[in-house]
Amino acid sequence: MAIAAMQGFAGLSFFSVLLLMALGLAIIFGQMRVINMAHGEFMVIGAYTTYMLSVQASGMAPWASEYYILLAIPAAFLTAFIAGMVIEVVMIRHLYHRPLDTLLATWGLALIMQQGFRTFFGAREVSPSTPSWLEGSWRPTDMIDIPLNGMAIMLLTLLVTLGVVWLMYRSRWGLRVRATMASRDMSMAVGINTRWVDRLTFALGCGLAGIAGAAFTMISSTGPTSGTLYIVDTFLVVVFGGAGSITGTVVSAFLIAQGQSILEFFLGSSMAKVTTLLVIIGILMLRPEGLFKSKVRR
Amino acid sequence: MSYTLPKILEKRGLPGLLILAFVILVFVPLTMDVDGINLTGRFLSFAFVAVGLSLAWGYGGMLSLGQGLFFGIGGYAMAMYLKLEASTPEATRIQSTPGIPDFMDWNQITALPWFWVPFNSLTFTVLAILILPALVAALIGFALFTRRVTGVFFAIITQALVTIATILVIGQQGYTGGVNGITDLRTLKGWDIHSDSALVTLYYVNGVLLLAVIALGMWVLSTKYGRILMATRDQENRIRFSGYNVAYFKVFIFALSAFMSGIGGAMFTLQVGFMSPSIIGIIPSIEFVIFAAVGGRLSLLGAVYGTLLVTYARNLFAEAYPELWLFLIGGIFIAVVMFAPYGLAGLYEKYVKRRWNAFLASRGWKRPNGSDDDALKSQLMDAKPASEASK
Repeated sequence: MAIAAMQGFAGLSFFSVLLLMALGLAIIFGQMRVINMAHGEFMVIGAYTTYMLSVQASGMAPWASEYYILLAIPAAFLTAFIAGMVIEVVMIRHLYHRPLDTLLATWGLALIMQQGFRTFFGAREVSPSTPSWLEGSWRPTDMIDIPLNGMAIMLLTLLVTLGVVWLMYRSRWGLRVRATMASRDMSMAVGINTRWVDRLTFALGCGLAGIAGAAFTMISSTGPTSGTLYIVDTFLVVVFGGAGSITGTVVSAFLIAQGQSILEFFLGSSMAKVTTLLVIIGILMLRPEGLFKSKVRR
Repeated sequence: MSYTLPKILEKRGLPGLLILAFVILVFVPLTMDVDGINLTGRFLSFAFVAVGLSLAWGYGGMLSLGQGLFFGIGGYAMAMYLKLEASTPEATRIQSTPGIPDFMDWNQITALPWFWVPFNSLTFTVLAILILPALVAALIGFALFTRRVTGVFFAIITQALVTIATILVIGQQGYTGGVNGITDLRTLKGWDIHSDSALVTLYYVNGVLLLAVIALGMWVLSTKYGRILMATRDQENRIRFSGYNVAYFKVFIFALSAFMSGIGGAMFTLQVGFMSPSIIGIIPSIEFVIFAAVGGRLSLLGAVYGTLLVTYARNLFAEAYPELWLFLIGGIFIAVVMFAPYGLAGLYEKYVKRRWNAFLASRGWKRPNGSDDDALKSQLMDAKPASEASK
């Protein structure tokens, strides 16, 4: 029972990072049909931003290194957001009518970004200092030991998810995004600046990846190629959930992360991963549109 | 636009194929030493995959990010046979279980696993190389295309498949050699594959097979089947409503591309003497796409030149300036996708061919604007790739 609870919790931490990554992708891929293979690299941008802030903070004052993480999360979002906007202007907007080509071009971008990280930060993996209030764990009983940083990530994920849902489905701006994606011509006719909608939507997705990066630093160290490890998983989460559906993304991230960590307990990590991926592909073959079908007519 | 394509194809091909044959079979062997020939041969074994991708992706519209899977099946089948030949009981006397490959012994496996046993036979191995990749691709294709999985979703699923294969190969060390792969391959039926004469022979075998595969691809594209394939890429529903079962056409071309990749994999193993997961993973699989894209996705011959160009550039740069290499290849890739979607072949059609025709016309040697086909071809190369979003 205690082992099951802890294994379940390990799955929840994985679920949180996966979901944070996938939310950005669900917006970029699900709404805009752009395949951003460099999404993992935007996550790494967020992670390195957090790391740099942590180095700055510990150089400044001891109390600063306790609370830098609160500043790091918005900073990571902002850096990735701005980077995303630049990329959109320079590259992505020329490729909207060729989705498969966005995949190839962003892969080239991912290679360049990886090498950029390696040149600036070195090939060595780095990890920021963890604030002392995030160390340690919560022990409801003697057997169960739940790390605090995992809980912090889950709280962050919850807040971000609620924020995204509000933004996409309750705000004026979200309405404009959905209108643009549903019918671009009509949206332009009613006076929506679709250029800016595209730009901000893409940047928002990248910014969310940046937040995922900040969360990522709390559970793992960051290297130049950390992003590529997650990209296949993240895409599968989005596709499996049904592109364009945030509920679907949450559910599928949960199923994939939990499935994998439960199987890990029985099969070992590599077979668990293989089994999970095979099951997802199997389900996708039976239900190519994913778990939650988007109701938008195309 | 779609109806002009087959017309273009009928005239394309033979001269280009002869030039390529000259480059591969005459030019390279005359100008290079054995190491250079072997290196080129290695690179050309990747070209099999690029040619297959040009068919499946350029003409069929199916972007597969998982061609490494098929390259790997071919390569591993060959490697398993060679490894068994290298692991005679005499050669492996010092192991606790003589007669099985060394990595199995290291992983405390005491008997040859059942799926290794048939690879004792060369006939079986060759058949496996020719059939297995195509069979696997046909199964995957059948499952996906009959469910109308297309475009991006197909790309992501094939990428996941190659991820699975890599994790399996690395995870099941005892059966596959793990991260190191299958190494120390020496002889084929007693013939030392590392000797100079063997390397040159293998290079020629590789070259002839590659030319044969390209000719096969050109032939397929010139048939009615090829036209339906291209029409499917551009307007899938119209072809479906015309009464064709689109899925089977796509399954066939995907299997054909896998067949080509499998041969490439086997030739790679023979020329290099090992096979490892680092050659079939996500990154190499995308590199194959880079080769095809640089060469020109609509040109089977261009795929070969694209492969040679990128691999030679990597060979030069990755040694001299390892930091710059990723910047360079990433930059090339973005530039090709954004500014020259038809790659080298497209640039050739647009700048060289057209000027040449104009020159000929100015001398009164040829009708102005070239033949109808030339005009159509350049018209095509100017056009943007078909919009996938509009489907």
